[in-house]
Parts: sequence; structure tokens; C-alpha cells
Amino acid sequence: MTDIRAYLKNYGGPPLRLMEVCGTHTAQISRCGIAGMLSPAIRLISGPGCPVCVTVTAYIDRLVELSLEPGTTVLTFGDLLRVRGSRRSLNDARAAGGRVRMVYSPMDSLRIASAAKSGRFVFAAVGFETTAPVYAMLLEEAEQADIRNLRLLTSLKTMPPVIDWICKNQGGIDGFLAPGHVSVITGSRAFEPLSRKYGIPFVVSGFSGEQILASLYALVRRRGKAGVLNLYPSAVTAEGNREAQRAVAHYFAPCDAAWRGMGKIAGSGLALRAPFARFDAGSLGLDDDRSFNPRCRCAKVLTGAVSPPECPLFGGACTPRTPQGACMVSQEGSCYNYFVGGRGSR
Amino acid sequence: MCVALPGKVVKVDGRKATVDFSGNTLVAEAGLVKVKPGDDVLVHAGCILQVLTKKEGNEMREILKELEAL
Amino acid sequence: MKITMAHGSGGKATSELISEIFAKNFNDPVLDRMEDSAVVPGCAKIAVTTDSFVVTPLFFPGGDIGHLAVCGTVNDLAVSGAYPRYLSVGMIIEAGFEMETLVRIVKSIAMTAKEAGVSIVTGDTKVVEGGSADGIFINTAGVGVFTAERPPLPQKIAPGDKIIISGYMASHGMAIMAARENMGFNPPLESDVAPIAALVDRVLQGGGKVNAMRDPTRGGVAATLCEWVTRNTDIAIYDSMLPVRPDVSAACEILGMDPLYIANEGIMLMSVSAPDAEQALISLHSVACGKNAAIIGEVKKGGGDVYAVTDYGTKRKIMMPQGEILPRIC
Repeated sequence: MTDIRAYLKNYGGPPLRLMEVCGTHTAQISRCGIAGMLSPAIRLISGPGCPVCVTVTAYIDRLVELSLEPGTTVLTFGDLLRVRGSRRSLNDARAAGGRVRMVYSPMDSLRIASAAKSGRFVFAAVGFETTAPVYAMLLEEAEQADIRNLRLLTSLKTMPPVIDWICKNQGGIDGFLAPGHVSVITGSRAFEPLSRKYGIPFVVSGFSGEQILASLYALVRRRGKAGVLNLYPSAVTAEGNREAQRAVAHYFAPCDAAWRGMGKIAGSGLALRAPFARFDAGSLGLDDDRSFNPRCRCAKVLTGAVSPPECPLFGGACTPRTPQGACMVSQEGSCYNYFVGGRGSR
Repeated sequence: MCVALPGKVVKVDGRKATVDFSGNTLVAEAGLVKVKPGDDVLVHAGCILQVLTKKEGNEMREILKELEAL
Repeated sequence: MKITMAHGSGGKATSELISEIFAKNFNDPVLDRMEDSAVVPGCAKIAVTTDSFVVTPLFFPGGDIGHLAVCGTVNDLAVSGAYPRYLSVGMIIEAGFEMETLVRIVKSIAMTAKEAGVSIVTGDTKVVEGGSADGIFINTAGVGVFTAERPPLPQKIAPGDKIIISGYMASHGMAIMAARENMGFNPPLESDVAPIAALVDRVLQGGGKVNAMRDPTRGGVAATLCEWVTRNTDIAIYDSMLPVRPDVSAACEILGMDPLYIANEGIMLMSVSAPDAEQALISLHSVACGKNAAIIGEVKKGGGDVYAVTDYGTKRKIMMPQGEILPRIC
């Protein structure tokens, strides 16, 4: 390990830009102060790895509307509560009399919906490939128990298309830390086509400081070479979790999806298949993205085009106490992690 | 939200499993992976995503050795 | 039998409620006088505090709203350096509330007051229409006294001070969260709610300069540290030194929460002059509920930053918690 650290610290080769696309990696990199351990020739860039951050404002606006409809309760993960749509967040809606309830697991919504004597429930189904299987399980049980008062408003997204977008529209990335938990489901092989297409290395990384450093080391050593390396073999296999993939494919089909900062990306989302339309709370067409604060640079931060301190609001008008955009609200957001820990403060 | 945690399976009951996290047990969905008591598993949002293996050390060491040879 | 609007209207039902349930259980001669004001011995300077309790659920592993109503107020008095003496208990009860549940809560208040060594000398009861109060809301006000040997604490941290915590963090907030969300932890997460006056006594008896003391309730340890820091100090704490019960730590990880921001109801934080820190720790360790006490950090000269040093040696900013991480926890 000391060899790896020394290598990364003393690296004097061509400048490299390496990107992580997993919110938990973003948080860990900050916490471990990884950026501060690297040579200035290695630049770490945060990509769109936080499912909450990449959700467009139209989606939040719709949730807010639903929560204010008499008889409807929105069920959601805690992370979504403080994210603002074009005007309000779910917390704001709650203060205005909206019905919003936080849950730990989507499966909790089954219990809540079946116990309720009246009313409709909408689950704010956001997430990447890691969470999609959980929603599939939810639907399976909802079908079996014939639950009729629970629907999903989906904002499900997949990683390979957005990585493709970044490489195509932005470029300049010399290697990717492949998302750890997404890879558990998709398998490391899912990133091979991209790796070959752009001729850059991908490394599936675990989450400890040591694992991340080892993965960065592997990326640096393999610069310019295509190929996916799996350095998280305890949880990730080449083919991933087949059963989970099957369950997701049964209920969801790929669709075009709108990403904050990137607009519509073809085939980058998951939508409920027609036979399950009765579980859809109207997820189609929620594409608009209109920032609450016009000076917010979240869109550019999410693609790595701009680093958090380069946003004019960072640290001033925008702090975790007074967040202006999703990147500062979410604990996996680039701006939040930069503010709280820097990328390498020691 | 990406948070997935390792735990140990204590009991399996059909499609649900009791998972132990540092002395605290929780019931998680076990419909996506075949699990048995004693398995180390990764749990995300109340669902078991994968059974964890011990492969870490070996693979990492092998790959790094290979890298050294570059 | 249920509480009705009649119980709050000041007539026969009210006086029966007071004598049969409250006075009988609180068992206090001053209270029994049923005067408009309780007239009690005091001293030159008194400590006065009040807190209202709206926790849900009413009963949770490790305690209940009654228990909390006494400890919350008694602990606020204790950390000012005062000897907690008197308590008032004001209740707002929803019509339709089960009498049996009320008796359970009242007995809990009586028992905790006895344990904490305080007298319940006055109170009030109101009943509101169903739907207005979520069962029951309780307010307690407390009075504590000082002596020449026990003057009020300065409540000002100083550079060089050591920050000491008296026990495990985050237990209460996580217990409430787990109970409310039906997380189904087994065994259930227990709240730490407890009176800490005895702990305070032991520390202050041990001598030494305690500059500030607080019980970190809503907002957790983070809120207290942010309230303590000044424009010319920094507070540094160390992740590796923070005591958290393993099951609470696991729950925090599962729910993605930071124990520093979660409410406590049975511990205290102290800022102690460096030379006296060891002794303060020894005093805490000599009491059962202080056995997990630890030095968690220090106060430095600085510019108003509060931060945690991670296991990797990096700094993590600690901020004043924003908004409701966990609503209705106390």
C-alpha cells in the first residue's frame, strides 16, 4: 500500500483526469482525503454519481404536486426531502400541508399502503441500477398481495449511457472508477463496450480508502489501454446479479431519460412496462429542468465540467445549511462533499 | 442513497432473511440472491443484493503483481 | 375509560383527575396544597428552565414521554451547575386519550422525579378536541438552586480545554427513529434517556475547572459544539474517540446518518480545563452511567471552525444541523 501511495504521490507522467461516477465513491474520496494524496498531475473529477442530484426539477415538482393532492401521500427516501424543484422541495410541501413520509426501504411502502384504510400512496422511485431491483421486488410483492393504492413515480437511470454521454460530449477523461454497487448488479462486463469504444481503462472499485487508491493506481498504470478491471471481486462478478437483472427487465424497459445538466440521453432510463402501467403515477414526460437559483452551476458540476469551488454560489449563498442546488443537498453530492471535507484537506 | 452495507445472515424465512449488523438484526428481502445462514451479504435499501465472497485479498494482490510487471 | 373535554374544563372531573391521578402519584406536600403558586425555599440565584415534549411514539424502548419530560428539564438544570429542586408539569391532552395510558405516563413521571431527586410542586391540565394534540403534549419547567460551593458554571469554552462526553452518543434519536419507522431491529434500539444530575455532582465534586457543560439533545453533539465555538476558537474532535454503541452505530450506517447530529437524552458534554480533564474523566468513570465517558477532542485558538478529524487524518467540517433530521424526537 505504501508503494501505491508513493507511486501516486510522485507520479510525473502525462497529466491525467480520472472520474468517479458513484456517489458513495465521491463521499469516500472526500472523507479519506484522496485527492490530497495524489500528484498534481492526477486530477480527480466527480461525475454524475448521485441519483438524487441528477433528477430534474420537473420530477420534484410533480412529487410536490402529488403530495398536496388530497388523499395522496408521497413516500420517499430521506435524501429527496430537501431537494428543490423549480420552486419547492418536499419539505416545503410538507410545511404547506402536503403529505410526505420518509421511509428507509421501498419495501416499507408496501406495509404502509396495505395498512392504510384510505388514500393513495406514491413512492418516489429514484435510483440507479443498484436500486432498480429493489423496486422490482416491491412490484412483485405488490402484485402478489394485490395492492391497489400504491404507485411509483420513477426517475430510474442507468450508468453506461451517461458515461457514454460524458465521453462523447465532454471528453478528456482518461479513466473511470466504475461504480461499485451498480456493478454488483450489472457486472463489471457492462462497462467493457464503453472501455473499448473510447480506449480508456475502467476499474471497479470498493469503498475503503485503500481500495480506492489501488483502483486509481490501476487506472494510472493502464492509461491509454481499454479494459475493465474488477478490484471489488468480493461483491462484483463479471456478469453481475442475473436474478436482479431478470427481475428489473421483467418490470422495466429502457427509455430515454432527462438528466440534470445533460438533457435527454437516449436509453438512459428505466420505465415501467405497459402491463404494469397501473403502478405508474405518471412518470413519463417529466423532463424539464429549471433551477431554483439561475446562478446555480449544478448542471456543470455534475458532468465534471466545473468543480464545486468554481461555482459562483459555492460556500457563499450555497452551503449545506442553505443549499441552492441538489449537489449541495445530497450527502453524495459533489458540492456537499467538497464543502465538508474538501477533496483532500489534511 | 447508494449506501449498501455488509451484514451476516442469521436466518432465512422464505423470501426474507434476518441479517445481523454488528449485533443488531434486521429483516431484509432475500428474493434476489440465494442465501443461507452464515453468509456475508450486501444489503441495500432493505434488500440483499449479493452474497459476499472472500475473494478480495487474492485478486487484488494478483492484479497488482501483474501491474508491477508492466 | 377515556379523557374527555370535561376533564379539562376546571370542574368536578378536573379536580378528580388531579387528585386521583396526578396528586396521588406525584405525592408531594407542596403540590397537595393546590395553591395557585407553589411557594418554596430558594436562594439568591436560581436556575430556571422549561421544555415541552411532543415525542412520538409515546412509549419507546428505554423510556417514554413521561420519563423524557422529567429528564429533559432536570438535565438542563444540572448542566448549569445547579441542584435540580422543583418541577412543574403541564399537560395538554387530547379528548379520547386512554386514562390507562395517562396513568402509565404519570407513574413514569413520578418515578423519574423521585430518581432525580426533584419535587413536582405545581401543574396544569388542559384537554383539547380530538386531532389537536396527537395524544398528549407535556411541558415541564424546572427550578434549580446554587450554593456558595456550587455557583453557576461560566458556560464559556477556553482554548486548551478538553471536550469530554459522558457516554455513548446518538442512542435516543436512533431509538426513536427505529421505533417510529418500525425498523424491526432485534433487539430494539434503546434510548439513553436518564437523569444526569448524579454525574454532574460527581464531576463538580472532584474539583477542577469545568468551563461549560451541556446536554446535547436536539441536533446532537454537533449542535452543542457549534453553539460553543466562538470567533476566536476552533473545536477539533476525533472520530476514533467518539463512543457510540455498536448497535446504534450500525443503525446510523444503515440509515446513512451521522451520530454526531443525532439527539441524546442521557449524556452530557463538558469543556474542561486541560489539567483537570483526567480527573473529570475518573469522576465520570466512577459512576455507572459514566463508564463510557471519553475525551473526544479539544478547543484550540482559531476562527470559529468545528471539525472532526477522520480515521484517515483528514478534516470533516461539523456544521450546525439544518432542518429536521428527525422530527418529533423529544
